[in-house]
Amino acid sequence: MEKNGRRGFMGKAFGAVAAVGAVGSLVAMKKSWDPLPSVKAAGFTTLDMTAYTAGELVTEKWRGKPIFVLKKTPEMVAKQNEDDKARDIIVNGEHFMVAIGLCTHLGCIPAYYPDEEGFICACHGGQFDFAGMVTKVPPPRGLDIPPFRIDGNKLVLGEIGPEYENMKENGVTL
Amino acid sequence: MAHFEKATSVKDWLNQRLAIEKVEKVMASEYWIPKNINFLWAMGMVLMITFILLLVSGIFLLMYYQPNVATAFDSVNYTIMREVGFGWLWRHIHGVAASVVFLIIYIHMFTGIYYGSYKKGREMIWISGMLLFITFSAEAFSGYMLPWGQMSYWAGMVITNIFSLGGLHLDGLVEWIRGDYVPAQAFLNRFFMLHVLLLPLAILGLIGLHFAALRIPHVNNQDGEEIDFDAEAQKYLAGDKKGSKVMRFANDFMSKDMMVVGIYLIFFFYLVFYHYNFAMDPVNFDPADGLKTPAHIYPEWYFLWSYEILRPFSVNIGLIAFGFAQVIFVLLPFLDRSPNTVPANRRGAFGIWFWLLLVDMIVLTAMGKLPPEGAFSTIGLVAALAFIALWIALPFITAKEKKL
Repeated sequence: MEKNGRRGFMGKAFGAVAAVGAVGSLVAMKKSWDPLPSVKAAGFTTLDMTAYTAGELVTEKWRGKPIFVLKKTPEMVAKQNEDDKARDIIVNGEHFMVAIGLCTHLGCIPAYYPDEEGFICACHGGQFDFAGMVTKVPPPRGLDIPPFRIDGNKLVLGEIGPEYENMKENGVTL
Repeated sequence: MAHFEKATSVKDWLNQRLAIEKVEKVMASEYWIPKNINFLWAMGMVLMITFILLLVSGIFLLMYYQPNVATAFDSVNYTIMREVGFGWLWRHIHGVAASVVFLIIYIHMFTGIYYGSYKKGREMIWISGMLLFITFSAEAFSGYMLPWGQMSYWAGMVITNIFSLGGLHLDGLVEWIRGDYVPAQAFLNRFFMLHVLLLPLAILGLIGLHFAALRIPHVNNQDGEEIDFDAEAQKYLAGDKKGSKVMRFANDFMSKDMMVVGIYLIFFFYLVFYHYNFAMDPVNFDPADGLKTPAHIYPEWYFLWSYEILRPFSVNIGLIAFGFAQVIFVLLPFLDRSPNTVPANRRGAFGIWFWLLLVDMIVLTAMGKLPPEGAFSTIGLVAALAFIALWIALPFITAKEKKL
């Protein structure tokens, strides 16, 4: 193509039009793959924290993900180390482990073994204690804690309260 | 406008407009294949036939399958399997072919590695072939989502989680790929689109590239001998068919090719009619449940070796090792520094390397299927490390190879 001739100009002009079109269509394609507003709006779950029995794991559901809720027994609370304590969610004086029940490795659901007071993930062999801390790799970190806000006896998942913000700042959860 | 004459026959009419005789020569009767080959050279045709089986059975499945989280499972397991006349046949052909196609791909790949068919001008054949392997893998994975059983769901969960890239925590990217916080309707719909349109289009384009890459360097032969295809073709056309080192693609080579295809198809349909269960994981006959992980999640056999490279390490190292395993085969033509294009058994250390790699991948495959406990964990870890070590050693051992 000639550098400065009419053809050169036309080539550049087409290139400019095509570039604008390409960027525009990429933006549209990216946005088309985003989660829909209806999907995002359905992302809140409220739990009544008075309904749980100490030492029994209950699996709730939030954003399609399993949420582990474990009311800790006094013995569990007594033997917690500093890492475990930092993860405690305290509602009306009761200590709870609330975490997203997906292994932080690749997202399988670990199973709870009440006798061992811990979780084992069948997929890749990861293990967690009753507070959700890793006791055996490959998981890179403890079970993630969902965004929460304490509202009297209730826990609202999906909303961000001061306790959650505090955990996030201290690196307790992601 | 070009000059056209009154046609003397239908063939002549077409010839004037489409040059069909010339096309036939270029594509078949004067496309030259070396004589010094064996049945392993038929794997390309076997793959082509298997791809056609997948395409045709897929078209019939597409007419009754419903890409909806509420109805997908029943549309496969009830409508197609029980109501549609011969629906079971299309499903079993599709499932068995999806598994067997990888067996043939691996044979095709290791044939190429053994005979050095990625060297001296054949690099693009190898690279386009590896791109086909990657798109076939994506095609297999996206297809595995569609019955929306437990394995579909949890494989979808685990594989899309890989895109958070471990320590980088790209959860937004994972949610973008899924179109939801977890695999749900948006996820099923887009993987359905990928499986039936975008990826097959890419595969068709890559098959075209793979064939085009063959034309100039031609097919390799059992001794890696450099053949003057023009001279040998002239010899053949002059009547010295016996003395020439080449033969016509059609019908000479094709006749033997299709003989192998015939034997293959008997084996294939034996599996379809009597042994289809190996391609149908029993866990996937439970409908998807986001609140219940199956006890053991493992991929189909053809992904086990790379899964086992991911599994024994902590998440970031595992992902790096996994990424390494995915791309390293593509780079083979550049990692093999030896000037020799001969079978591996004449290449000293490389011959040992070839068999070690093959055995290592079989061990990785076996360990990937077993639960990650005790001795299996250790063997898996050793095999994964050996895989990486073998590829790192390749440039050094091949650079030392003497020119034959």
